[in-house]
Amino acid sequence: MNRKIFGVLRRLGFLVLVVWTVVSLVTLLIELVPGDPATAVLGDQATPEQLAQFRSKHGLDRPPFFFGLPVAEDGHRRFHWYGLDNRYTDYWRAILHGDLGTSFRTEQPVFDLIKSRYPYTIALALASMAIAICIAIPLGVIAGKNRGTTTDNGLSVLALIGISLPSFVIGPMLVYVFAVKLRWLGGYGSENWTFIILPAFTLGAALSAILTRMVRSSVIEELGEPYVRTARAKGLSERTVVYKHVLKNGLIPVVTILGLQLGVLLAGAIITEKIFGWPGLGLLLVEDGIAKRDYSVVQGCVLAISTTYILANTLTDLLYRWLDPRIRVS
Amino acid sequence: MNRLGIIGIVVVVLFVLVALLAPFIATHDVGATDLLLRYAPPSAEHWFGTDSTGRDIFSRVVFGARISLEVGIVVVVVSAFFGTIVGAIAGYYGGWVDRFLSGYIFNVFLAFPGLLLAIALVAFLGAGLNKLIFALCIIGWVGYARLIRAQVLKVREYDFVNAARALGAGDLRILAVHILPNAIQPLIVQASLGMAGAVLSEASLSFLGLGVPPPAPSWGVMIEEARDLSTLQAAPHALIFPGLAIALTVLAFNFIGDGLREYLDPRQRRR
Repeated sequence: MNRKIFGVLRRLGFLVLVVWTVVSLVTLLIELVPGDPATAVLGDQATPEQLAQFRSKHGLDRPPFFFGLPVAEDGHRRFHWYGLDNRYTDYWRAILHGDLGTSFRTEQPVFDLIKSRYPYTIALALASMAIAICIAIPLGVIAGKNRGTTTDNGLSVLALIGISLPSFVIGPMLVYVFAVKLRWLGGYGSENWTFIILPAFTLGAALSAILTRMVRSSVIEELGEPYVRTARAKGLSERTVVYKHVLKNGLIPVVTILGLQLGVLLAGAIITEKIFGWPGLGLLLVEDGIAKRDYSVVQGCVLAISTTYILANTLTDLLYRWLDPRIRVS
Repeated sequence: MNRLGIIGIVVVVLFVLVALLAPFIATHDVGATDLLLRYAPPSAEHWFGTDSTGRDIFSRVVFGARISLEVGIVVVVVSAFFGTIVGAIAGYYGGWVDRFLSGYIFNVFLAFPGLLLAIALVAFLGAGLNKLIFALCIIGWVGYARLIRAQVLKVREYDFVNAARALGAGDLRILAVHILPNAIQPLIVQASLGMAGAVLSEASLSFLGLGVPPPAPSWGVMIEEARDLSTLQAAPHALIFPGLAIALTVLAFNFIGDGLREYLDPRQRRR
């Protein structure tokens, strides 16, 4: 019991360490902007007063970190210790109060922007995961049961094609067929619920291919276990053996992959949301953040996406321990 | 190697030839616009048709192979090189070095899902081919490092390593001469899959406007330019041909990776 709690605590402590590093890296990303961020945002025509005002409003006039190598009077770079009075501590202080700064362009709080877009991205990720599972389980079982046959080989090739076709090729083609030609589904935007179908399918295509391969190898492995022979000897139908006994055990590794793949979905959502104009975090990142050089929005989005990913991974890990007692013991 | 792997090799050889011989294969100037011939369907003159400004899509796809190949090779070589060094250090020395590298550093880099870190880096650095390659290397090396670490952990326990140590070989010699050559096999598989990943990532970032800026004929840029509704309706081929080029290239490298994996792992070959 104690060892179990210790394991979970260790996992959580590690989580805090990784989140701290990720937030720190994202905070310092703005140092990478070539030249001066204020000029990059306001343009060359901005007056020195405007630039100074912009810098002081967003804290860009303050030192970026605890120490730095500023150019001294003699023209050389010298190590200088700034102490606690720096942008890094400002950023942390604000984050702990739920404040991600204000947009460089619209002055809106970044936290509010993210809050309004976040549900769209989560809905898209979950919908595509659901679609992927619905496609992958039957296909994976069929391939696994008929291992080595033409059906199996055909499904393997199909899965590889699904992995290789990028979303920005599948997406516009789906728009062309279902929204432009057939006019069955919404193509661009989020007016009603039908608008989620095409982006969710686009985003889930690669995942369903990966899952199909996993379910297949899982089924093949489990079919060789003694309990399958027992179940068959009891006279259970093949359907019951596969769907009740084999799948139950075979899906455990698939659950782990799902947790890890949520991150891939969140990152893939950036591209999918751009294709379909789906108003989630990805669209916020690409159209409001990157395209307009609104660096505080970019930072906020990157933080939101990566912390969601880290949390999902940790939850999966804990869930996996709970699902598979073999891991709990060791 | 299985049949799909052979197909993959053939396609990749073709892809490399097209990239190297692009100036001789292309039928038109990649930048030459012809506003009288916008959205032309495929014909004897323009094999893949023309795009929204009347540029020849075939020639652009051919030159696009150059960008993909360049990004793919540089990213894979640089990431594999640094990944191997870091992974070998973590696996060979173990202890706190390994805990710091594989327990902490690897996980920080893996904490950014997929392309997000590359997108963030290019967003702050500014778009461009070199910055894109840099960003893809930053996210790419960890995969190789993890792989090599696991391999080295296994190989360093073999008797011939102990024998070498007993003979007085130094750490560097043991790593370079005895361990790495025996640990490198899966790296070939990873590199092949890595080429697929790099080609796909380059197209993705260029599609997002973060890669090679237009009018360069990157496949991702071509798709971005072809996906608005008016172009889709007038000239779906402007999307289909660069899309096919990406899909075929990525598929071919994946076929090779999968084929090699099976070939190198006799347990899988029987399946």
